Amino acid sequence: MSLYTNRKRKSVITMMLCYGAAALGLSVLVIILATLIFMGARGINLDVFTQMTPPPGSTGGGLLNPIVGSLFMTGLGVAIGTPIGILAGTYLAEYGRHSRLSTIIRFLNDILLSAPSIVIGLFTYQILVAPVGHFSGFAGAVSLAILVIPVVVRTTENMLMLVPNPLREAASAMGMPRSLVIKNVAYKAAQAGMITGVLLAIARVSGETAPLLFTALNNQFMSTNMSAPMASLPAVIFQFALSPYVEWQQLAWTGALIITAAVLALSIGARALSSKRT
Amino acid sequence: MAATDTSTVDTASRAKALDRLKLGDTIFKNLTFLSALTVLLILGGVLISLMHGAWPAFREFGFFGFIAGESWNPVTEKFGALAPIYGTIIASFIALLIAAPVGIGIAIFLTELCPMSLRRPVGIAIELLAGIPSIIYGIWGLFFFAPFLQVYVQPALIKTFGSVPVLSTLFSGVPYGIGLLTASLILAIMVLPFITSIARDVFETVPPVLKESAYGMGCTTWEVVRNVVLPYTRTGVIGGMMLGLGRALGETMAVTFVIGNAHKVSASLLAPATTISATIANEFTEAVGDIYTSSLIALALILFIITFMVLSAARFMLMRLEKQKGA
Repeated sequence: MSLYTNRKRKSVITMMLCYGAAALGLSVLVIILATLIFMGARGINLDVFTQMTPPPGSTGGGLLNPIVGSLFMTGLGVAIGTPIGILAGTYLAEYGRHSRLSTIIRFLNDILLSAPSIVIGLFTYQILVAPVGHFSGFAGAVSLAILVIPVVVRTTENMLMLVPNPLREAASAMGMPRSLVIKNVAYKAAQAGMITGVLLAIARVSGETAPLLFTALNNQFMSTNMSAPMASLPAVIFQFALSPYVEWQQLAWTGALIITAAVLALSIGARALSSKRT
Repeated sequence: MAATDTSTVDTASRAKALDRLKLGDTIFKNLTFLSALTVLLILGGVLISLMHGAWPAFREFGFFGFIAGESWNPVTEKFGALAPIYGTIIASFIALLIAAPVGIGIAIFLTELCPMSLRRPVGIAIELLAGIPSIIYGIWGLFFFAPFLQVYVQPALIKTFGSVPVLSTLFSGVPYGIGLLTASLILAIMVLPFITSIARDVFETVPPVLKESAYGMGCTTWEVVRNVVLPYTRTGVIGGMMLGLGRALGETMAVTFVIGNAHKVSASLLAPATTISATIANEFTEAVGDIYTSSLIALALILFIITFMVLSAARFMLMRLEKQKGA
């Protein structure tokens, strides 16, 4: 009987630890979000969205130029990365599903998916900044595109794999060429999942900082010129948070709140979209 | 006559239409193929451009001289990677040491204990931790977590372990707040969702029959987990941990905020240190001189190779599991 009690006690203790682990994970999320809202919300006002970043030590000012810069670079990065990612995912799932090359590409894509983003930033610096001699928003966008590609490849491939083969066979039996089968049947069936992938990719790159540090650098002023240095929200948060000026630190918190809200809204939206289909 | 006429016209236009479709088909196929090759090109390009950029540093200091060199001095242009490599590996290792048991615990909670209706929301909440950008962890770590550790946790650690032989070295010094331990803890939070979600996914592959038979023999929940679930999913869980390690090794912004950026190898976990990624993030734009820049790129190359190996190992393990599942 004592052996039985002992076993039971052991089980209860370990399961309590598991409850504790879950509670710990959830409370960390709550604490981080609470800190963000507490510190960031008091800085939110109209100026944040309409004014330029202020010079050091002065009050007022906002985050307009980094917000615009982030939108531009994320937009261009996603615009470059998404088509390449979708086409590559299509190759892996449709044309080369079982080929040896696909296995290699799939494997390397998974590695690229978790590769350190700072290394991607240095790579972009080496090919797009060093030869030209100056930092540019375009280089920033390219480094983000490189981060978008593996995410989109992965989700596109997975979603196309879920499309049942009889659908393709039926279309082919009607005499449809392969490319039309893919575009009109497979893409249609996998649409929601593919959009989810793109949304997740946007969520991932819009908070990226490391690759932008050596590609787009930063810019005190408003700029929509893609071939010049460009401000971005994450880079400005990095600069302002580590500065000694209280006003800058406040703006950094506000920027952090904006980014987190945007990113979490995107990823929750993506999940809602994918769960509606299944 | 008339009938044959229309049919030849038909075949001709039909052939034309088919040709056009064929052309589109070929173009589309080749486009997808080229895009797939882009993935290879990017990875190859990263490797080649980093090797090219790192070459001057390796030539100057020698490969092993660079890796084992302890000095990092921009004035005398003497660079060695020991301190950042040490910081990277120790910080990631401690992060994994903390995140692995917690992550597996959460996965057990999600698959065995949690009421069905709560599984999805709790799972999503944990995954949201992965969605929070790394810079947010950085600013949170610097302004909230590090001061918290400095005031409440670190003095207690110093006091508790002050007279214990080995641990007193690990927890010696002044509580700065920022340092190796703080970076490790932040990293642990950041990799937690990756480990949790993979562990949960592989736990769910355990055939219910196996668990039910164990329960049927009177096993407790812990015994089922310990003797059925964990042995069945061992490869997957280890793969997930390696994936988390790969993430931790390359993590940049969060670490840059809280590690203190000191090029020193010190035994105390409370002391400021640096990692490869933090060094690059801090110094690259300000680096003057070819050797300085090249040394930073050489650091990036080392980081890339380490993460490549860790991530490959992780993928191999997860792939093996997938094959097992398919068979």
